[in-house]
Amino acid sequence: MTDSAAATHTLVIERELPHPPEKIWRAITQSNLIEQWLMKNDFEPAVGRAFKLRSTPVPGWDGVIDGEVVTVESQRLLSYTWATMGMTSVVTFTLTPTAAGTHLRLEQSGFPSTDSPYYKGASYGWQSFLGKLEQVAAGLE
Amino acid sequence: MFLGMPAAADHLFRALADPTRRALFERLARDGEQTVHALTGPAGISQPAVSKHLVVLKRAKLVRHRRAGRETHYSARPQALAPLLDWMSLYGAFWNDRFDRLENLLQRMEP
Repeated sequence: MTDSAAATHTLVIERELPHPPEKIWRAITQSNLIEQWLMKNDFEPAVGRAFKLRSTPVPGWDGVIDGEVVTVESQRLLSYTWATMGMTSVVTFTLTPTAAGTHLRLEQSGFPSTDSPYYKGASYGWQSFLGKLEQVAAGLE
Repeated sequence: MFLGMPAAADHLFRALADPTRRALFERLARDGEQTVHALTGPAGISQPAVSKHLVVLKRAKLVRHRRAGRETHYSARPQALAPLLDWMSLYGAFWNDRFDRLENLLQRMEP
């Protein structure tokens, strides 16, 4: 892989779901269903389609995640880019049928390593992060 | 919601959730080492109150101190904020939470 890949990390989350892949596919590709578990969005499962996921804005962060659909293989594989706060990663959902339903695997790759400027505050200063903490605290109470 | 908060960052988060402590920390990070006495004036609160806040910041490893004679000098450790910028932990918590919601939705959906 390239140098930039070596400086990033990948997150993997897996779940065994007692539902067929077809049903899970709908939940992760239909805009109104995505909104019910992820975020408000204008998603469409078409390669190259740009879309936005909208979370609650806080000072210093507009709550918007910009995405672009990379791969669509019906009931099997969905991937899109995920860009927010100066960091772009790729989110990939993989559905594998099992006897009991579906194995759902989420992979998010492209996280900056601790050597990256994100940690050193060049692109994303800790000062602006502190401003968000107050909002988070208010939201938790 | 800021994409969840890793459990490991809980003490940090609590230390910084208070605006007075955050102001103290920012001041130390910006202006460098200070005595409790020097910090008390601009903080607009009593010296014992400032000292109490510094103890909380110290517990979260956000500040360190050294004694010189009768004065205690405090300085910031911005690197202690690293767990809060640990994107993988943030997103790990985020997706686990969202997958719980997804499972909930799947149970409610038509087959």
